[in-house]
Amino acid sequence: MTGTQVLSSSIAQARKWGGVALLLGVGLGHGPAGWAQSLAPAQAPVQNWSFKGPLGHFDLAAVQRGYAVFAGVCASCHGLTQVHFSDLAGMGLTSEQIAALAEAWQVPYGLDAEGRLKHRKAQPDDALPEPYPNAQAARAANRGAVPPDLSRITQVYPGGPDRVFALLTGYGAPPSHQNEKGSAAGEGLVGGAFSTATGGAGGFANPYAIGHRTAMPPPLRDGAVVYADGTQATAEQEARDVTTFLAWVSNPHADSKRRLGVGVALYLCFLATLLVILKRRIWSHVRK
Amino acid sequence: MAGTPSCKDHKEQGQEAAGVATFVKDYMSLLLPADLNLLWTIGAMLVAVLVLMLLSGLTLALSYTPDASLAFGSVEALERRMPSGWLLRSLHMTGASFFMAALYLHVFRGLYYGSYRAPRRGLWLIGSALLVMVMITAFAGYVLPWGQMSYWGADVAGKAVGAVPLIGPVLERIFLGGDAPGTATLHRMFVLHFTLAFSIVGAVLLHVAVLHTRGSSSPSGLRGQNPARMLPFYPYFTIKDTLGVVVMALLFTLVLCFWPGLITEPANYRPANPLHTPADIEPEWYFLPFYGMLQAVPSKFAGLLVSAGAVAVLFCVPWLDRGAGWIGEQTGQRWLARLAVSALVVSFVMAGLAGSHHVQGIWLLVGRLATVGYYAYFLGFLPFYAKLANWGERA
Repeated sequence: MTGTQVLSSSIAQARKWGGVALLLGVGLGHGPAGWAQSLAPAQAPVQNWSFKGPLGHFDLAAVQRGYAVFAGVCASCHGLTQVHFSDLAGMGLTSEQIAALAEAWQVPYGLDAEGRLKHRKAQPDDALPEPYPNAQAARAANRGAVPPDLSRITQVYPGGPDRVFALLTGYGAPPSHQNEKGSAAGEGLVGGAFSTATGGAGGFANPYAIGHRTAMPPPLRDGAVVYADGTQATAEQEARDVTTFLAWVSNPHADSKRRLGVGVALYLCFLATLLVILKRRIWSHVRK
Repeated sequence: MAGTPSCKDHKEQGQEAAGVATFVKDYMSLLLPADLNLLWTIGAMLVAVLVLMLLSGLTLALSYTPDASLAFGSVEALERRMPSGWLLRSLHMTGASFFMAALYLHVFRGLYYGSYRAPRRGLWLIGSALLVMVMITAFAGYVLPWGQMSYWGADVAGKAVGAVPLIGPVLERIFLGGDAPGTATLHRMFVLHFTLAFSIVGAVLLHVAVLHTRGSSSPSGLRGQNPARMLPFYPYFTIKDTLGVVVMALLFTLVLCFWPGLITEPANYRPANPLHTPADIEPEWYFLPFYGMLQAVPSKFAGLLVSAGAVAVLFCVPWLDRGAGWIGEQTGQRWLARLAVSALVVSFVMAGLAGSHHVQGIWLLVGRLATVGYYAYFLGFLPFYAKLANWGERA
């Protein structure tokens, strides 16, 4: 039985989350075979995020630092296709800052006389450029795996922000005792089929990925970016910040929603109290 | 000369205004049983949510593009960039769940208190038709964002339609507009969602008009419908309904703002991908009981019949129920009725739980038992409980 066959039979077994996980190329081990059990992604440790829970709110400084990590590291392989530069105003930037930030990016701008792709500096109303022109190019550049789009990653990734953080910081754990059968570790897909990392190594060891292997090389290291606010850029700090940024990008209006909710709920409680009093008064002369 | 027409206009306007005033007065003085409980305020909640759905839906439609390659992006754009787009979409999504939840409670109330009995059979039939229309609208609306669950939901529904003998394949092609879900399907669903929404408004008006001519049922049966025990709609029930709507709005706000995860399906934030079947295709929570029944039966067509029949049987309820009701004077077997309705509710919930799992092993058994339990109420209990009660009295 090849790894793919085992995977497809475990598809039949997988339940809701397992299903979503397999979509991402990350299986939760409901599979019948023993190796699937042992290679199920480890449970990500629960982190204390600023945005966690019904009354949490995004730490916008961390979101901004996370953007720096995304732009400096992740963006070379991952896209944020649904996001426009102007959307980034929500992380606490002025329109001048957005314009300056957009200028650091190049976006495709038609073809020149010889049919070569031209580029120009991005403007605030441009979408963030995709790192690869198509899925084939992405696959060719990443040993067969298509790096997933990150626009909604913490919503669609089973395990959410905790698992994203764990995956980013979980490299280097001792590789599993298992052979290469379980190395179907194409981390996700964008427009194509489930892809398999080929080659002897079969990706990089990571206990939070399917089969404990991921096609993504360890992306973060100490000092990979320089933070404008002087925060020490350790790998863990970078992972924490970029996860906060991705959680914000996945759900940019969560804070406005919660703020609105507090106001509306208080108002409705007050109104309901008044209405209860009024109802009792109106019904006071009705004999039961 | 110039003054005459305007004078006439005034008169006509005056008459018209008087007409509206009488109409409002008539409606406000409608007599209702004094003992109506909280379950009778759900109708008002449904009207409130329906208005919210229409307003938010019309606004969302302004920036939605029903095209397979553009739909997902247009929904993302309206959520991320349209002013208050995120709020409108959350209102519409939360509204769909609340509407279905309130509708199920409304139907439950009708079943429990026997609101379907003569002279309200027509009212019940309009209500059942409304349930079907709302379910179709909800399904069509769920396809529109064109996420993974939208696409595969449409695919499953198409295959279910295709399971009808003889005309199935033709129906499937008409439904999908091709061999697989695509732009043609989106156009169909968009038009269906839009037109049915307004048909629902019409049917609701009819439902309310019939209610006003036939009068409301009451938790104490015929006894409660005695005119001496009745109160006018205004102010007694307007305040009660308003309170009900405000309490519902509070719950609505809590779900919308603090626990949106309760009603959103994460997989639908992934763009539709025809090349990648999710391991588990699952409809929205409100279709799970019917989805569970669909899967509990081994044959595809029989499954379709069973799950469609679960809704269709509601249309027959006024004629299936042979008794005079267990509420009111003849309350010989009230405990039996309570037991039967509880079994119905438990079956419905269990069918939903079975639908949310892969229906195999223990869940297959649960799904089958739940299906039997659901039908047992309508086909086993309703036609015979009166005889049972008589037998009980004689013994």
